[in-house]
Amino acid sequence: MRFMMVVIPKGYDKAKPGAMPDAKLVAEMSRYNESLHKAGVLLSMEGLRPPSMGARVSFKGGKPKVTDGPFAEAKEVIGGFWMIRVKSKAEAVEWAKRCPMPDGEIVEVRQVQEFEDFPADVQEAASGEPALRAQLEKKAKKG
Amino acid sequence: MAASATHVANATIEAVWRIESAKIVAGLARMTRDVGLAEELAQEALVAALEKWPGSGVPDNPGAWLMAAAKNRALDHFRHAKLVEVKHEEIGRDMEEGFTPDFDAALEDDIGDDLLRLVFTACHPVLSTEARAALTLRLLCGLTTDEIARAFLVPEPTMAQRIVRAKRTLAEARVPFEVPRGEELSSRLASVLEVVYLVFNEGYSATAGDDWTRPALCEDALRLGRILAELAPDEPEVHGLVALMEIQASRFRARSGPSGEPVLLLDQDRSRWDHVLVRRGLAALDRAEKSGGVLGPYALQAAIAACHARAPTPGETDWKRIVALYDALAQVMPSPIVELNRAVAVAMAFGPAEGLALIDAIASEPALRGYHLLPSVRGDFLEKLGRIDEARGEFERAASLTRNSREIRLLLDRAAALHPGLRVVK
Repeated sequence: MRFMMVVIPKGYDKAKPGAMPDAKLVAEMSRYNESLHKAGVLLSMEGLRPPSMGARVSFKGGKPKVTDGPFAEAKEVIGGFWMIRVKSKAEAVEWAKRCPMPDGEIVEVRQVQEFEDFPADVQEAASGEPALRAQLEKKAKKG
Repeated sequence: MAASATHVANATIEAVWRIESAKIVAGLARMTRDVGLAEELAQEALVAALEKWPGSGVPDNPGAWLMAAAKNRALDHFRHAKLVEVKHEEIGRDMEEGFTPDFDAALEDDIGDDLLRLVFTACHPVLSTEARAALTLRLLCGLTTDEIARAFLVPEPTMAQRIVRAKRTLAEARVPFEVPRGEELSSRLASVLEVVYLVFNEGYSATAGDDWTRPALCEDALRLGRILAELAPDEPEVHGLVALMEIQASRFRARSGPSGEPVLLLDQDRSRWDHVLVRRGLAALDRAEKSGGVLGPYALQAAIAACHARAPTPGETDWKRIVALYDALAQVMPSPIVELNRAVAVAMAFGPAEGLALIDAIASEPALRGYHLLPSVRGDFLEKLGRIDEARGEFERAASLTRNSREIRLLLDRAAALHPGLRVVK
């Protein structure tokens, strides 16, 4: 099973452009990353720049609308993630518990939606059969 | 409420066990110099946790708790066993040197060496390949006997016996708990890698819809391979094997169709490959290649797999490079199967006539007698060369040599499509 451990750092919604985590935290974090790597469970990981350096594209009436960060309405924003492959949700949670997080921060554990999880018709649509995809789209529009 | 708390605690214990068990067994094995005993003591600690944690809650550092519990049992064991004084001193010394109460430090610094010793012991050539695989899954991956039995399609008592016998064999042969050095290292490492790849292939050859324990073996093997790559970073073949497994695993989603039928590599929808695994595989191959020296069989097979992984479409495959890699593979691991694969690559790179010449040169190999892929490949070349009647005969012969009903159908369809009458219509 693949899980994403998503970091939601406290106050990152208001972080200034170019904000950096402090060196001590980075050192602890790389020790943690090393432990995930050595245990053979780490697939990939990334840290994200603050929302103030990003943009949001929202959709209304079929039109995309672009808003530059920071985003006033967002309270919990993503700071980064690890993608891991483990045996169970409990194991993913166990790894998340070992994360050296400062007070008030959150690590959210979410399982990846695997292809095999989809019902057969969705699987076939995703596997690129054009006729079937068209049929499904038709069905979806009707419904 | 209480039942659900127990359930949660048990799920947590299982997770902690999965993460910590190999380190605990490895640490105990260093202390006891007996892998079988170490595993039993670790199991006792697990039982203690299962009894205690549902009531008391999971401790803050569950790994350290389990290790401490196991260590106390080891001390009890030796007290009761009334070992000779010398042995006591030995253990006491080990305790002072290695088992400091500073568990974290011990975990980070020495445990890697202990894990590596455990891998080499579990995969010792004194054991059969099956026994090595079973013991490795038990000791390094923390699988239960029942899970291993189901994965290898044998009854649980059979597997339990196999594991017990393996532990006894190690004890009787007085296999030392150590990492081999010098010349012995490469042959012993080959024995370890063979086991990891065997576990991977057991999982990879399992079809969808089977018991989940079989496909899960791929994950166990990959996890083990990645751990090994960090424990023995200077061994190019370890990275080669990891690269090969990552790239093969990346095709998992694309290699069977909606009703479970196999989809051949060149027919796969490449957008469905797991590109994170492809990237990891290419990175591991890079490590193997950068370490210098002649590439071994795993790294070469990974390099061949990488040629496919790098090609956005089948038409862009670098077949000439694949031929060169098969040439090298035939040098380090000569086998008629490698020759057969090489012939296919040659045909793709230089045309079917070249491939046919190579096939005909190995057709009389005893190892290929009765192997359906030989006439199947030969039929393919003949068809491309327009020698239709001969091609049809080869496909029919291939169909008569396999028992797989899907393959028989595929081969007979190909033969039927080559009917002269049909060809005129075309």
